[in-house]
Amino acid sequence: MKPAGSTDPLPAIIDKGGLQVLIDALIGGGFTVIAPRLTDGVIALDTITSVDHLPAGATDEQEAGYYRVHDGGGGRLFDYATTPQGWKRYLYPPEERLWQAKREGAGFAIVEERAPVPRYAFLGVRACDLRAIGILDAVFDHGRSAEPRYVARRDQALIIGVNCTRAGSTCFCTSMGTGPAVGTGADLVLTEFGDDAAPALLVEARSPAGRKVFARLGGRQAAAEDIEAADAAVAKAATMVTRHMATDAAAILKRNLEHREWAKVAQRCLGCANCTLVCPTCFCGSVEDTTDLTGATAARWRRWDSCFTSDFSYIHGGSIRRSGASRYRQWMTHKLSHWWQQFGSSGCVGCGRCITWCPVGIDITEQVRRIKDSEGGPH
Amino acid sequence: MARAKKPKLAVWKFASCDGCQLSLLDCEDELLAVAANVDIAHFPEATRAVIAGPYDLSLVEGSITTPDDAERIHKIRRRSKRLITIGACATAGGIQALRNFARIDDYINYVYARPEYIDTLAKSTPIHDHVWVDFELRGCPIDRFQLVEVINAFLNERRPNIPRYSQCVECKRSGAVCVMVSRGTLCLGPVTQAGCGNLCPPLGRGCYGCFGPMEAPNTMSLAGWFREKDTSADAVRDLFRTFNAGAAPFRKESEAHEQR
Ligand code: SF4
Ligand code: SF4
Ligand code: SF4
Repeated sequence: MKPAGSTDPLPAIIDKGGLQVLIDALIGGGFTVIAPRLTDGVIALDTITSVDHLPAGATDEQEAGYYRVHDGGGGRLFDYATTPQGWKRYLYPPEERLWQAKREGAGFAIVEERAPVPRYAFLGVRACDLRAIGILDAVFDHGRSAEPRYVARRDQALIIGVNCTRAGSTCFCTSMGTGPAVGTGADLVLTEFGDDAAPALLVEARSPAGRKVFARLGGRQAAAEDIEAADAAVAKAATMVTRHMATDAAAILKRNLEHREWAKVAQRCLGCANCTLVCPTCFCGSVEDTTDLTGATAARWRRWDSCFTSDFSYIHGGSIRRSGASRYRQWMTHKLSHWWQQFGSSGCVGCGRCITWCPVGIDITEQVRRIKDSEGGPH
Repeated sequence: MARAKKPKLAVWKFASCDGCQLSLLDCEDELLAVAANVDIAHFPEATRAVIAGPYDLSLVEGSITTPDDAERIHKIRRRSKRLITIGACATAGGIQALRNFARIDDYINYVYARPEYIDTLAKSTPIHDHVWVDFELRGCPIDRFQLVEVINAFLNERRPNIPRYSQCVECKRSGAVCVMVSRGTLCLGPVTQAGCGNLCPPLGRGCYGCFGPMEAPNTMSLAGWFREKDTSADAVRDLFRTFNAGAAPFRKESEAHEQR
């Protein structure tokens, strides 16, 4: 647990009822509360209004190309790992109209998008996903090239992190230095611990906005044993992490741009783009212009796109990245290697989604390891 | 705002079920706008009025299955400035291309009381095997929004926004949960072109491949994964052998799982 800063109040202990008080306070404050919820057989992000919408007792089982939910029967509200998609779809929606143009005589007038952006409270943001939001901030909230609607959504959002007390089998946050404990950027942080049937939640306030909500929470002040028990639960999650990314991935990839492994993985890779679309930091989109039938109105849309599509690298004369190998290499080397030059960090937070949601179970950690291992001995 | 000189549109039918042409009538709101902006010159499903060619835009439905049709498509091409094929029959040979995997005389003898009356080709082939096609609109049936988009792009002289990437992209944008990963359901989405409007996976079903192969389909990897998950060779063959059985990547994959 991070030591509470001098202005931060001591952590409090609340129960399920206390969490409902929090949800009510957020809704009363004009927030739309987004949280994990059992939908279509998965624990996915959705709008909630009640603590009963959280998946009590549910756990998930994740493997390469495999995801199932199990009912653990207990009362834990956060006893699972990552949701199928991250918070990206709320901050950076899959589809967005950027502006319209209306024909006026021989010319046209631009109509800007002015619809107000929603005010979100994100409840249950995992450590890796919080780091991913930080990475998106670096991409979109970036001086002259800022994406105004992203920045507007982000500025209004309240983030309630949750420390992981269980790691999934595709998680590798520990080797990326992103989890399982929530780092900077959250307004409030929860840790679930104690009795399986009626667990307690330790709440920490970590920002002025967080302290304001915290003040209305009630509950009791956390005792030293509570903090110790919560810390132990998070430490246990760290020991449950079984997958690891090579720490020198950026350098390994950089010196192996012509490695035979790229062609080998391309035999398996479907080029379906799932990995990029579920990745909480992949931010690529394409813009598309539409018209009405009469040509009186045109609109420009931005849509999630992916380096796995051939149109994505299309310039005059054709696509630059024609082979599956070159598309996979583009994705992985950007994510793990030249993201450092571009944004000063890795583009991967170790959430494991690309592994779980790849329909044929391609594992980014394994791909790096194969290249690394090949460097050791004779080929 | 209607145009001064409206382009002439014709709709032609070959071996098909009419479902794709009916998509145009199904366009409801947009249909009036389409009708206001083009002269529908030949469209037997909708109107008896016939205007002689040439045509600015011909929409062709259906595959080539008879010697007569193999002639007729050339006449239509000669009278059309732009020719767009619509649907799996016209772009891949359709479900009737299943005959391509069998002996045509066997089929004729099973089905018809007087086989000698039947004059048919041994294979059902897509229009692009016979004439130059300007654009192919996929689907069994086509998606009416895509149809309007193609007509719209034609009218506004721009490129149609018809993506060629996988169905998976639509699943992820819509937030649909992957049925392959979360249920183990066989799904052709990763090798199938998007465009149906995201019909099956959100309802918990795997993609049937109605829109045919995507831009770079790795059918071998997907089929290999299905086989590893205890799917029989026959079942894998049959997955690839539906409405787009005649599309080369699907045809080759289905043949690879043929038990000899
Ligand atoms: S690359 Fe994979 S593990 Fe890394 S952040 Fe993206 S989805 Fe998560
Ligand atoms: S790595 Fe997996 S999810 Fe990504 S494009 Fe290839 S097959 Fe699809
Ligand atoms: S359900 Fe099918 S189409 Fe959708 S993401 Fe999964 S594999 Fe792709």
